[in-house]
Amino acid sequence: MTAPAPLAWYLVLSAVLFGIGVVGVLARRNLIVVFMAIELMLNAVNLTFVTFARAHQSMDGHVIVFFVMAVAAAEAAVGLAIILQLFRARATVNADEVTTLRW
Amino acid sequence: MLADLLIDVARVVFIILLAVQLVAFGGFCERKISALIQDRIGANRASIFGFAGMGLINTFVADPIKWLLKEDVRIVGTDRLLHFWAPVVSLVMALVPFAVIPFGNELVVGDRHINLQAAPLGVGVLYVLAMVSLGVYGVVLGGWASNNRWALLGSVRGSAQMISYEIAMGLALVGAVLVYGTLDLQEMVHAQGRLLGGWLPAWGIIYQPLGFLLFFVSGVAESKRVPFDLPESESELIAGYFTEYSGAKHFMFFMADFVEVVLVSALVTTLYFGGWQIPFLAPDGFHFPGGGILPVAPLLVTLLGVVAFTVKMLFFTILQIVLSWTLPRFRYDQLMRLGWKGLLPIGLANVVVTAGLILWLGGHA
Amino acid sequence: MSAALFLVIAVLTVLGAFTVVVARSPVYSALGLVGTLFFIAVLFLGLDAQLLGFLQIIVYAGAIVVLFLFVIMLLNLQAELETLSAPALVAAAALGGLALAGLVAFGVARTPLGVPVLAEGFGNTVPVAERLFTSYLLPFELTSVLLLVAIIGAVVIGKKRLA
Repeated sequence: MTAPAPLAWYLVLSAVLFGIGVVGVLARRNLIVVFMAIELMLNAVNLTFVTFARAHQSMDGHVIVFFVMAVAAAEAAVGLAIILQLFRARATVNADEVTTLRW
Repeated sequence: MLADLLIDVARVVFIILLAVQLVAFGGFCERKISALIQDRIGANRASIFGFAGMGLINTFVADPIKWLLKEDVRIVGTDRLLHFWAPVVSLVMALVPFAVIPFGNELVVGDRHINLQAAPLGVGVLYVLAMVSLGVYGVVLGGWASNNRWALLGSVRGSAQMISYEIAMGLALVGAVLVYGTLDLQEMVHAQGRLLGGWLPAWGIIYQPLGFLLFFVSGVAESKRVPFDLPESESELIAGYFTEYSGAKHFMFFMADFVEVVLVSALVTTLYFGGWQIPFLAPDGFHFPGGGILPVAPLLVTLLGVVAFTVKMLFFTILQIVLSWTLPRFRYDQLMRLGWKGLLPIGLANVVVTAGLILWLGGHA
Repeated sequence: MSAALFLVIAVLTVLGAFTVVVARSPVYSALGLVGTLFFIAVLFLGLDAQLLGFLQIIVYAGAIVVLFLFVIMLLNLQAELETLSAPALVAAAALGGLALAGLVAFGVARTPLGVPVLAEGFGNTVPVAERLFTSYLLPFELTSVLLLVAIIGAVVIGKKRLA
């Protein structure tokens, strides 16, 4: 492979993506979009791990990303099942409308 | 530098043309073979100046003209952007896996060794799986963008079927990867050139007969061909997830269907039937088990390899077409049950038995 | 991956991320997420992480986001009229995100990171497998149990309850 771009740029990009994910989680009301923003944050972290793995020439970073992907898949499955059940109970996925426990 | 670029472009163009030609030929074969099976003549009416060419004019001239010139029906109340891109995604993701299929041995021109594989990836098998899993989006978006609840139903069924059979396909591939010890498709084909016991070509089917069946069945299910074509169900849902598509977009979905048929044939050939290997043919000529040697020029050997690959692909394409027109369609719950309760356990058992045998016999092939 | 190519891919990634957060229709958000994940996979390939790049496409772009799209289609979520929460919260979130990104970027840009020459086979399956089955064996086994639990959990939670 040819010389890659300065690795610090990758880290800056992942910081930006993480920031966008944080804004998404805090500013959006649709629970599914919030979930997607969480996945975005996880991916930003994955990018950081892979960048450092490349910088320190260690494959341990790759293994950690492997685990993060597996856990993210599990989390997405269970989280979406919860959202599905929530929709069946309240007919909405708007976070503002599910703030009370009953009615 | 420029020569390298030209060679890369030439390889890509070659494999894409090969795939697309087989798709076109497969389309013709489908009409004629289905006609033979159903005891009729098939498409033979379109003619130029009375020359109908046994249906060739119909398939290669009349049909493309019809598809490309048909009115592109605009639907009210849908997402124009998604409606446009869904067939494109389907077709592109079906064509792209051909980049890692090796279609010949090394071509030696002067002192240049050209590997006859468009993209020599070290993780070729994963690349194929990745592109196939991205192909699901064409189906999902096609149904969603149609503003038609039956198209949506067809697309949900179709995508659920595709992701279910991807798992079985992946497990079959794991078996093949265990046997060859590599994810690189060209390495796998090279490994199939050996002779077992001096006379039997070590093709994948001998190492993984169950894996071949598993892969073939899940490949047919993945490309939503009969007997797994409930998402499309020509007799029930009109055209399932691509009901609301006409003209060029319909053609793209239809072509994506065929390209996947050819892709499954190419993969089966590469993994289980020796790819471009001809039994007993080494790079310098034939070495028969009896001891006879027939020297063949290296260029001719490479050419024979490419021809052998094409012939094997054609065989499996025709096999899938015959299968399509012979078997009745699975009901949806039978289909899902086969994928999850049938092929998945068999796939796992295949992996365990293969791994056990490899450990027992000491090292992979 | 050369600097120019990295800039192009980085811009596309950030555009995808913006689409996730800003789009009115959840389907567009999901497609923005697919785009982002795909370009991150490209970045992985540029960082010589071949296995992870394709795993990213298979697992994230090809399975997790399809799951998201299924749920969106099942619940038939249309484009929303009001996408954001209260303006004060949005402003605070934007400031917070900006501050976080800025802080991390500032701290990181001053770190000297060399680009060493890589060993043969870096980023391929064999080194990852070696580590998974020796040093990281316990997390590996726990992850498989986790996935099993998640499958069972998703099925149980998602069932229709007979109220």
